[in-house]
Amino acid sequence: MCLAIPARVTVIEGDKAKVDFGEGVLREVNVSLVEPKIGDYVLVHAGYAIQKMDEKDALETLALWDEILAKQ
Amino acid sequence: MTAELSEMSEKLRYRDPELASEIAQKIRALTPVNRTIRFCHVCGTHEWTITHYGLRSLLPANLEVIAGPGCPVCIVPAAEIDEAIQVAQKGAVVTCFGDVLRVPGSRTSLLEAKAEGADVRVVYSVTDAVEMAKVDPGKEFVFFAVGFETTAPSTAVEALRPPPQNLSFLVSHRLIPPAMELLLGVGDLQINGFIAPGHVSAIIGLKPYALFPRIYRMPTVVAGFEPIDVLMAIYMMVKQLSNGSSVLENEYARIVKPEGNPKALEAMGKAFEITAGNWRGIGRLPDSALTLRRELSSYDAHQKFGVKVEQGKDILLGCECHLVIIGRIKPNQCPMFMTACTPEKPVGACMVSSEGTCRVWSTASS
Repeated sequence: MCLAIPARVTVIEGDKAKVDFGEGVLREVNVSLVEPKIGDYVLVHAGYAIQKMDEKDALETLALWDEILAKQ
Repeated sequence: MTAELSEMSEKLRYRDPELASEIAQKIRALTPVNRTIRFCHVCGTHEWTITHYGLRSLLPANLEVIAGPGCPVCIVPAAEIDEAIQVAQKGAVVTCFGDVLRVPGSRTSLLEAKAEGADVRVVYSVTDAVEMAKVDPGKEFVFFAVGFETTAPSTAVEALRPPPQNLSFLVSHRLIPPAMELLLGVGDLQINGFIAPGHVSAIIGLKPYALFPRIYRMPTVVAGFEPIDVLMAIYMMVKQLSNGSSVLENEYARIVKPEGNPKALEAMGKAFEITAGNWRGIGRLPDSALTLRRELSSYDAHQKFGVKVEQGKDILLGCECHLVIIGRIKPNQCPMFMTACTPEKPVGACMVSSEGTCRVWSTASS
């Protein structure tokens, strides 16, 4: 039940935002816990965005993997 | 932006079989050969990833990954299901997540109560319950709030807003770190490391896990949910074992910040007190449950409807959920698994939720 799905923020209205889960799946979610900007990717769980994702963080994961695999 | 991100996720190769086999090879090379190594995760979504992608088949025979109490629906005690049923029988509309509907109470489930005429409605989010209450002010609505730290902040936000007067909450939220600590006290489990749950950690951050490496000398890695995330976490843990170290590492840095989500933690702190709580199949754990703060007691459905069930019947005769929940046995070691207990007709809670270990294994075995 802790499944959370990334979605892109398309419209923001106060605490709520319309997000795009991809392939045309749109939904209104509460974004008060992360305060994103339009275009940001957020991780959505049970109608609430619980964390923001950004390119820098994602690239850090890649760097971490490379670092870990190279270090053996 | 979308094109860039899609190119980037391709570059990240979250599901790349070649990368998986490279990591698996490194895991095999570092796993000690002379003893059994047992890593434990505490998240139904991790179990799904591990089972769905067949990750166990890539690991050496002496490296086990077991599933701890990672399904928030499975661990809700029967007494709390009974309370929700009683509230519905008193005429309130009970709203809950879909997974909760078929979880057995002491005698019946919410689904059976609904079949007998109770008004029980499935919602995607606590916000749906708030909206329902707003459009129908003549009725009492109750949100049955089940879930770990990932879910609790949304309940907190709506409880603090404040909610409509005709909405109240049955709070059954539970906290993961106390359950992890309990597992270390189960003598014959002999866990050698924890894969910590990524989305719980997105909220609570890294600090609550610090005791596992520091006090229990337990390698602990917060992991994401793609197959490469889980394999990478296992690799990081065998690496620690081979170095003789035990530290807390974050494989899921793209989502989990060291401090977690401070806004979510603040909302939880304002709305809830931490208290002892019962876990199905486990018993009472100190500091493991959330309850509404006194200031919000007018929104506590226990008080509003005068319901309190002290003891329920958690485990039916022959059901081994209590052993599956703590990773003591595998689902297929329960004599009822896929015979008397199936997804169509579940006996135990672990077969009900899509994140229950038995349910995950049932899908893989069919």
